[in-house]
Amino acid sequence: MPFVSKPRKFNASINETVLGVGDKAVTLGGLNTLPLHFFDAPAKNPPAVGIEITDVDADLSAFPELAAFYEGAKTPAERAKKAAAAEGAQFVCLRFEGADPGGLNRSAAECAAIAKEVAEAIDLPLVISGCKNVEKDAEIFAACAEATSGKNVLFLSAREENYKTVGASTALAYGQKVGAESAVDINLAKQLNVVMTQLGIAPGSIVMNVGSAAAGYGFEYVASTLDRVKAAALEQNDNMLQMPIMTPVSAETWGVKESIMPEQDMPEWGSQEERAVAMETVTASACLASGSDAVILRHPKSVKTIAAMIAALL
Amino acid sequence: MALKGLDIFKLTPKKNCKDCGCPTCMAFSMKVAQGALSIDKCPHMSPEALATLAAATEPPMKTISIGEHKLGGETVMLRHEKTFVNKNLFALDLCAGMDDAAIDAKLAEADKVDYERIGERMRVECVYVSVKPEHGAERGAAVVKKAAATGRDVILHCCDAALAGDILKAAAADVKVLAGANADNWEAMNALATEHNLVLGVCCKDLSDAHDTIEKLEAAGNKNLIINICAESIKDAFSFTVQIRRAALKDGDRTFGYPTIVNVARLAPEDYTMQAALASLFTVRYGSVIVLGRMTYAEALPLFGLRQNIFTDPQKPMKVEPGIYPLNGADENSVVAVTVDFALTYFIVSGEIERSGVPTNLIITDAGGYSVLTAWAAGKFSAGSIAKFFEENDIASKIKSRTLILPGKVAVLKGELENKLPDWKIVVGPNEAIQLVRFLKDYK
Repeated sequence: MPFVSKPRKFNASINETVLGVGDKAVTLGGLNTLPLHFFDAPAKNPPAVGIEITDVDADLSAFPELAAFYEGAKTPAERAKKAAAAEGAQFVCLRFEGADPGGLNRSAAECAAIAKEVAEAIDLPLVISGCKNVEKDAEIFAACAEATSGKNVLFLSAREENYKTVGASTALAYGQKVGAESAVDINLAKQLNVVMTQLGIAPGSIVMNVGSAAAGYGFEYVASTLDRVKAAALEQNDNMLQMPIMTPVSAETWGVKESIMPEQDMPEWGSQEERAVAMETVTASACLASGSDAVILRHPKSVKTIAAMIAALL
Repeated sequence: MALKGLDIFKLTPKKNCKDCGCPTCMAFSMKVAQGALSIDKCPHMSPEALATLAAATEPPMKTISIGEHKLGGETVMLRHEKTFVNKNLFALDLCAGMDDAAIDAKLAEADKVDYERIGERMRVECVYVSVKPEHGAERGAAVVKKAAATGRDVILHCCDAALAGDILKAAAADVKVLAGANADNWEAMNALATEHNLVLGVCCKDLSDAHDTIEKLEAAGNKNLIINICAESIKDAFSFTVQIRRAALKDGDRTFGYPTIVNVARLAPEDYTMQAALASLFTVRYGSVIVLGRMTYAEALPLFGLRQNIFTDPQKPMKVEPGIYPLNGADENSVVAVTVDFALTYFIVSGEIERSGVPTNLIITDAGGYSVLTAWAAGKFSAGSIAKFFEENDIASKIKSRTLILPGKVAVLKGELENKLPDWKIVVGPNEAIQLVRFLKDYK
């Protein structure tokens, strides 16, 4: 008996959300098959890969390739230009590490100036992520949304504690896109989407971040949350879970032991840079396989590899 | 077609003899229907009933043993639907055409990675040895023996039945899987695999051809198979692997109810970053043996961690061993912090303490593998349980410091703990692990 392929398509699909403006604008979502199952139906928009830079000039001496890539780039705008030229990068994520009240405590006005410079320096879509402090993020997002008005920027993210201020100051006031961040739980993810749409934000302006973890650090929760969200969106046509998902992989993976342990402290583990690249590449691939519609990575080598893998699966 | 408990009950003797270990025939039938027991546990079934039931209750995907490892036996497509049963294995890719120095270097490099993580030994379990006619049987057997000498299970990939036969004559005891059966050679390969009692790998360059070959092999009586995904492109390899699993579990196609081998080293030669990305993809989606060109710590740390995560049973929390974990070179005078044995909590808390650089003795108590708040709510992480742990493990004589940091979320335990451990200064720590770095630095 010959084998007959049974393509599995759904009547429901993931929302399409556009980031950026002009030729380089990126559309996230649109899929009506399970993640990466492009053999079931051609991909309308393949998953997107973004490259992350920070507002602070970090010490890259432990990562020679990364240091060489950003050599000579002193300002965030200069780094953004180099990042935007990385092979496979479709958007740039500017992370305001320096806004952390426990760190540099950069003011909202300073952040807005940086965001404006970065947005003007590149033609790729821009994603702005905060410092994980809910009050401070709300402040800087409001200022940055105004400064980058008209650029169709995505802000990562609004959370349960600050979704009203963040949602109002980004999506409602300036027509920007907004992320909805929840902690690896399908019900929390849905709840946040419900209250954000009740606030008046169009579902098409929302991108979910359902939480992430590095491979080995409770990734089973991330994988199962992604699996369940996609199942609810496609099989049950739950329109409060059909927003595309962006996973900031690098923000997790570059903080775990495997990526931060210097080679001299752990000689048998080998090159720290190779470890950091492998950690984010493996985690990103697993996220995409489970359901992320976009991932954010830091190292140009990881960006290139993941973009090439997606292209090879098309 | 899965049978319902009642359908099975109709075929039982209905005597409630308890020979099967169940109190009643009905209870037994329900267990069989759930897949918890096999039908042959009942000694009183008629042969006709057995034949009817065996076909219907056969699992959708067979469990195949390779050495000490089990593969396959999966019942769900996604882990949250129940659980994944058998973790995938990793294999190192070798070719008989490589020179001895290169082979020795590859094996030595893989040997360096051998460590334990949450009670599981992490090392490459298999070696995948490809032999072609131009390499010859003698060379093939020599490489097989070299690979087997590392204590790993050898998968011999050879599509020439005569050559495979000669290699096996010299080295059958060192091989666990013979991969290379296809539409043309399946009879000869089947004879070899049966003679030497090996798992037979069926090449899958095309889903339909592979399906036909497996049907022929099954008709010939061989159900000890594994499907070797031999697609040329990454897209086809992923498509085949997913479709085979889907056909078996979703569409009841038992012909495809076998585990798979995916060689990512062949799909992305020399590009180890791409191989790691693909190995991750196939760990999450249905590869049973994943073959890589190398396994250094760079690939091993994320891949083994990922595999351990994906193949945990969602109904059972991952636990770490209770005890004292000295971090950042902590000694008996270093401050003490206490938390629960939930693996995720341990990894996050120990990671943050390591980031702080402050020498700290992290004490993990037995809290049933729950997170801090859950364990507290269940009464498994209380002043009593912490004090008992300190007493049983004689912490007071092992550590001279008398400062104990309590997770912020269970600050409520402070007073009671001060009563139970009067010599200790109880300090309430932060609510979230991420605040530990600052907390420990400021505290110091």
